[in-house]
Amino acid sequence: MVAAVGSNGSERTRGALGAPVVRKDAGAKILGEARYVDDLVYPGMLHGATVRTRSAGGTIERIEFGPGFDWSSFVVVTAADVPGINATQMIEQDQPVLAGERFRHAGEPVLLLAHPDAGLLREALAAVTLHERPNPSPVFSIDDALALRGEVCPGNVYRDYLMSRGDLATGEAAAEVVFEGRFETGAQEHVYIEPQGMIAQVDAAGVLVVEGSMQCPYYVLGTLTAVTGRDAGSVRVVHCTTGGGFGGKEEYPSHIAAHAALLSLKAGGRPVKLVYDRAEDMLATPKRHPSRTLVRIGARRDGRLAFMDIDFALDGGAYTTLSPVVLSRGVIHAPGPYACADARVRGRAVATNHPPNGAFRGFGAPQSIFAIEQAMDGLARELGITPLELRRINMLRPGDRSVPGQMIDDTTDFDAVVDQALRESDYIARRDACTAFNAASAAAGRPLRRGIGLSTFHHGAGFTGNGEVVLASEARVRADADGRVEVVASSSEMGQGNTTTLCQIVAEALGLPLERVTQARVDTHDVPDSGPTVASRTCMVVGLIVEQAARRLRAELIGKAGLPAAGADEHAFAAACARYLDGHPALEMQARYEPPANVAWDETVFEGSPYASYAWACYVAEVEVDLTTCEVALTAFTAVQEVGRVVNPVIAAGQVEGGVVQGIGFALFEKVVRDAQGAMANNRMTNYIIPTTADIPPVRVFFQEQPGGIGPAGAKGLGELPMDGPGPAIVSALNAALGTRIASVPVLPEDVMAALGTSSAKEAA
Amino acid sequence: MSLGQGLAFTLNGRTLSAAEGSIASPSMRLLDLLRLQAGFTGTKEGCGEGECGACAVLVDGELVNSCLVPVGQLHGRSVTSIEGLPRTDPLVEGFARAGATQCGICTPGMVLAARALLDRRPDPSLDEVREALAGNLCRCTGYARIYSAVLDAAAGVRPPVEGGT
Repeated sequence: MVAAVGSNGSERTRGALGAPVVRKDAGAKILGEARYVDDLVYPGMLHGATVRTRSAGGTIERIEFGPGFDWSSFVVVTAADVPGINATQMIEQDQPVLAGERFRHAGEPVLLLAHPDAGLLREALAAVTLHERPNPSPVFSIDDALALRGEVCPGNVYRDYLMSRGDLATGEAAAEVVFEGRFETGAQEHVYIEPQGMIAQVDAAGVLVVEGSMQCPYYVLGTLTAVTGRDAGSVRVVHCTTGGGFGGKEEYPSHIAAHAALLSLKAGGRPVKLVYDRAEDMLATPKRHPSRTLVRIGARRDGRLAFMDIDFALDGGAYTTLSPVVLSRGVIHAPGPYACADARVRGRAVATNHPPNGAFRGFGAPQSIFAIEQAMDGLARELGITPLELRRINMLRPGDRSVPGQMIDDTTDFDAVVDQALRESDYIARRDACTAFNAASAAAGRPLRRGIGLSTFHHGAGFTGNGEVVLASEARVRADADGRVEVVASSSEMGQGNTTTLCQIVAEALGLPLERVTQARVDTHDVPDSGPTVASRTCMVVGLIVEQAARRLRAELIGKAGLPAAGADEHAFAAACARYLDGHPALEMQARYEPPANVAWDETVFEGSPYASYAWACYVAEVEVDLTTCEVALTAFTAVQEVGRVVNPVIAAGQVEGGVVQGIGFALFEKVVRDAQGAMANNRMTNYIIPTTADIPPVRVFFQEQPGGIGPAGAKGLGELPMDGPGPAIVSALNAALGTRIASVPVLPEDVMAALGTSSAKEAA
Repeated sequence: MSLGQGLAFTLNGRTLSAAEGSIASPSMRLLDLLRLQAGFTGTKEGCGEGECGACAVLVDGELVNSCLVPVGQLHGRSVTSIEGLPRTDPLVEGFARAGATQCGICTPGMVLAARALLDRRPDPSLDEVREALAGNLCRCTGYARIYSAVLDAAAGVRPPVEGGT
């Protein structure tokens, strides 16, 4: 494995960019010393709890406080207690932090309670009754929402995007073979192992301090200032060690922070801890958007794509949240990594009465990539060529223009990625072996079938379109008189490793050993807004900013403190810092993101270069299916990707391995079941199943390093990429094994059984 | 079952007893005793129903989910939480070097699951590692690096890795 610990270690300087150094937070986490929000206790602390709606929208007629409790001993907060704007500050301001009279979904927060005794609080929570007048015609599917069978909001569509290239009619006329299909993907729960939580209190200086588990401290700050009516100087957001995020701690922490803050403010500033248990976390927090995609694609007889006509729709749930930007990423990724001159993608984010869906690793791309990859398999079948051949004919190569309009530059070598995936998975031989196995198995009346499938895809890193320009992220690097360096940014560690990788980048830029560089605690009263910790942007975009700040700091020391321009070691660096700080109050340099020249995006017509860098990948999955039980065993998985320069091979491989396994869960295990009110019915780890050690074959991960990314030394974003590929590769393998046309995920045994019932494979068995 | 004032057990080498007041109630979950009373917050609550293993500890060397154990069942037993694991345990270095921890919330339980395995099977196969860890969920790593960490610790492997802490 390329990413093996110690690979290339001897060639690289200590702590440098590219070295497989041990994560800085490893020791504290392994020994249980890292402090997560629920580990914090303050004197006089109250515990908070949330009363939620049960109906799929409606009105609240009355709130009843049951007998047997001294309600005056509880802090009680409702919408009437919100001093500022009662809405989270996302793209729209349509989602109240506490519902007043009207609400749109089950699980919507209405009332907050706090009490010093957590046990009593739990009992009291059950004694509060919301008398609801339910919405008589809730909407629970994309098709119903678009057909206006019930109305969540006017028109039931949050956003409607059109990306159109060339002329569809021309492409349709040129097509000799056409494939048409409908593809669906389900909701997915993040299942970060640490449930969400926040603690709020007012400190001695009168500042509202909110700390907890989150990805985006400045998002939380934005909602807190709006909800409380305070300015940013009197609100402070502090990041705690965060036990996983995957997008699930992008938007919802703003709600919990607001709730804890409202309780604390009403309690005279006493600390209030609001930590969800697993059931509440799964019930209340967003999921990956379910999707349905209608694809019509056509090719000339020689396999060249003639047109693509894609209608992509996401179930946004009951409020807008981040659906518009999830949608835009989904639309841009919908044509896959293929060249097609005449193409049209329409994308709609649809309103339903489900709890709002939101950010989840991949952010719309896994949904639309699943559809195009399955459609490519279908088109190959119609053409009578293999899925691999159809991809080879149409893959984007240097000089091609992608459907969004981006020129593919000469650092891209997608063929090399596919070649390596075929080689490492032994794809051709295994495909033939599966065919032979299935023939022998059928002839002998045995119930096992095998199949192999692949997916080819790319993923754009960083905010979509002009997002990075709008963010204008800022970060700083500072040093003390002992030459200790801190990375000062709001980028938040949630397991992905930025407290190590950003330090590697700065250590490299300053020529220091890694031990001399740490990331400062993320506290909005200390660190600037380096943007949200999302979109595979931290290592690439924020890495670039901290690298620039480090270079400025070094130039400052060379210019003003006699740091030798070459050959200075850590001692010379520390001496220069001491000299500098003898005459200056601080040694801290700032930098701001400046977009590369090649990135220009016209949001109004969806045309241009939506991302500064793309990672490219080819994943191969092998499955074995038991026709008797319909169980699917994933027997092999190979993941090859080109991600630019790898900053830390151990962390990078860990990101891919973890993402692949989440993608396997998305494909084969994880099904959100809804109750009659649209709430998650299986909101427990007992019945929402994520992969365990028993379910996963060895995942073989390989990197190709092409230093074509915009990040430090050519790095690209990679955290989300591995979420895109497993779904389509696994379903391709299943369809190859069974002769089925499975077109949705997740594929549970009952889905296999249903598919076998409608395919010729059953008779063949 | 209530042993009342007679209830006593050891936690990370120290004796706790109801008589001395260091065990508040026999019906208390071991998880709550660890976190709220003894201050051993390295044991985490991920689900509260024995599914995730984030709260796993060793009781007489056997892995148990502390969210499912009332302390009244522990009379005469010996409980080890992550705070009772020697810092020199080879699993600590094994997990660090292999990159087996990311967000870290599952890690203490995972390390103790591995410790229970290695005490029973000092030289386990990969399949034995997978089986021994099957009750501990990790959402970050995809597990591969955890297997490497356990196998490396068992083998006393010290792969060359630079820097870090």
